[in-house]
Amino acid sequence: MKIIVPIKQVPETSNVKMDPETGTMVRSGVEQIINPLDLYAIEEAIRLKDEQGGEIVTITMGPPSAEKALREAIAMGCDSGILLSDKNFAGADTWSTSYVLAQAIKKIGDFDVILCGERATDGDTGQVGPGIASWLKIPFLTYVSGIDKVTPKSMIAERNVENGYQFLEIQRPALFTVVKEINFPRLPTLRGKKKARDMEIPVWGPDDVDAEPDNLGLKGSPTRVVKISKPKVSREGEKLTPQTDQEVEESVDKLIQYFEKLEII
Amino acid sequence: MAYKDVWILGEQENGKIRDVSYELLKRGKDLAEKRNVKLVALMLGYEIDDQQLQTLIEYGADKVIAVNHKKLQDFVVDPHINVVTELVNKYKPEIMIASATTTGRTVAPAVAINCHAGLTADCTGLDIDEETGNLIQTRPAIGGNILATIKTPNHRPQMATVRPHSNQPLERDSERSGEIVHETVSEELFASRIKQTDFKPIEEEGGNIQDANIVVAGGKGCKKEENFELIEKLAELLDGAVGASREAVDLGWISYPHQVGLSGKTVSPKLYVSAGISGAVQHLAGIKTAENIVAIDNDPEAQIFTVADFSIQADMFQVLPLLIEKLQDHKKN
Repeated sequence: MKIIVPIKQVPETSNVKMDPETGTMVRSGVEQIINPLDLYAIEEAIRLKDEQGGEIVTITMGPPSAEKALREAIAMGCDSGILLSDKNFAGADTWSTSYVLAQAIKKIGDFDVILCGERATDGDTGQVGPGIASWLKIPFLTYVSGIDKVTPKSMIAERNVENGYQFLEIQRPALFTVVKEINFPRLPTLRGKKKARDMEIPVWGPDDVDAEPDNLGLKGSPTRVVKISKPKVSREGEKLTPQTDQEVEESVDKLIQYFEKLEII
Repeated sequence: MAYKDVWILGEQENGKIRDVSYELLKRGKDLAEKRNVKLVALMLGYEIDDQQLQTLIEYGADKVIAVNHKKLQDFVVDPHINVVTELVNKYKPEIMIASATTTGRTVAPAVAINCHAGLTADCTGLDIDEETGNLIQTRPAIGGNILATIKTPNHRPQMATVRPHSNQPLERDSERSGEIVHETVSEELFASRIKQTDFKPIEEEGGNIQDANIVVAGGKGCKKEENFELIEKLAELLDGAVGASREAVDLGWISYPHQVGLSGKTVSPKLYVSAGISGAVQHLAGIKTAENIVAIDNDPEAQIFTVADFSIQADMFQVLPLLIEKLQDHKKN
C-alpha cells in the first residue's frame, strides 16, 4: 500500500506576526513545527503500513526550511519526503496550494491512500485536503475518526459529524482528513532520527510537477488577504472574588441573576 | 451569462431542514439587498416537502432550488458535490455561502476547486464593498490572534463558509412569498464511490456542543473524573451541552467530540460557562464567538477571566454545588 501524507509546517506559538504589506505570515524568528493535527495523519499512515505493508511518502510545500518538518515525519516512521519549494509557490491560498500538492502527488503516482490532518492550526481552513482530492478526482472523507477495515478495493471509515458517527465504505484510491480522536501519535525513535538525518530530500519546483504557471502562488490564488487586524480580545466583564462562605453564596445569587437577565432560566 | 444572485447552501438531516440554513439566509439577505439581487436557497435532500421548503422563503429566500433524490438522503460526499458543482455552473451565482459545519466545510472546498472559485473558511463577518461590489470576508486566523479581511476580486462565485450560530436568523414571516423550483439533474451525478453503511448518533452522551445554545465546560480544575459530574449536572439544569478543555479530554474524563478549542471544536453558543479551565490561548480560540462567557476558577491569573463577561474567582467545588442546588430550587418555583 502506497500512502502519501501531505503535511504543513506551522509556527509553534499562536503568537505570530503578519506582514502588513503582503498580508502573509512572517515566518522568521518563530520556531516551526509540524502542524499538530498532521501528526495524527502520520500516525495513521504508520499504522496502515504496519498492517498492510507498503511505503509512506510525506510531502510539504513551503520555504526551504520546511524540510525540517519532513525529517521529523521521517523520524516518526515515514519512508521518504519531498519538499515543494520555489519562489513561484509563495503566497498561495488553499486553491493554489492544493493544486501544487495534487500535481506532486500525480508525479509520485500509483498511490492507494492520502492522509491529511483535519486542518492546520495557523490557517485553520481545512480546505486543502478536500482540494487535493478534487484536483485528483478521487473520493474523499473529512473528519475521519477511525479507519476500520481495508479491503482490496475499498476502505471502511468512520466520520465524526455534529450529531454522531457516519460509517462509510469508500473506493480506493481515496483521501482522508483525520481528526485527533483517531489515534495517539508516537514519538520519533532514535533510530528514526538517525535515518531522517541521513535521508536525502528532493526539492521540486513548478517544472518538476508540470504545474501551470498561472495557477501558482499569489498570482494563481483566487483569494486576497486585504487587511489584517487585531481582534478585541478582552471583554469588560464583571469579576467577583468572594472570600467567605457568605460571599460565595452572594456571588452564586448574582450569577443566577445574570442567567435570568440572559433569559436562559 | 454574467454571475448574479446570492446563494446559500441549505442543510438537512433526515428530511428536516437544519437551523444553520436559516442563519445563512440572514447573512445572505444582507448581501443580496446590498447587491440588489435575489437570495436563492439551494436545498439538496430526499423527501423534503414543499411546506418545509416554504420555510426557507419565510426566513428570507426569494427562490428555493430543491433537488430531491434518494442518494441525497444522507450526507455522502460524491453526489452532493456533483450536484452543487453542476448547479453553480448552470446558474452562476456571484456569491455562494455555506455553513462552516462538517458538511459545509466538506462540500465548499471541493466545489471551489471544481468551479475555480475563491473560498474563505469559517467567516465571522460578511459585507459588500460599496465601490467594487466585491464580497468582503472577515475571519479569525492563527488561533484567533488576528482577524483577516479577504476578497476574491477576479473569480466567481465568491465562496465562504460562515461560522455556525455566529448570527440569529431573521424573524419568520409567514406572509412572504417566493418561488420553489424542483430541479432535475442528470442521473449520472448521483453515481457515488462512497456509501454510508451505518450511523451512530451521539445524543445520549451530553449533547452536541456546536449546535448547543448553552455549553457548560470543565477542565483540569475538576481534578478527577467523578467531579466532572458537577459539569454534567449543571449542563443538564441549564439545558446545555457538555464541553471540555483539552486536558480533560486527554485525561479521559470525556470523549473528544466535547473538546473545545484549537484542536477541538469552535463553539458560538449564547452562553458559555467554564469551570476549572484556566484558558490557554488554544482554548480561548474556540470560544471567541460565544455571545456570553461565564468563568469560574480559583486561579487569579487564569486567562479565561480576560474574555469572560461574568467571573467568579473562587473554588469551583464551593461554587458549583451551591449553584446546582439553587438552580434546582429555582426550577421548582
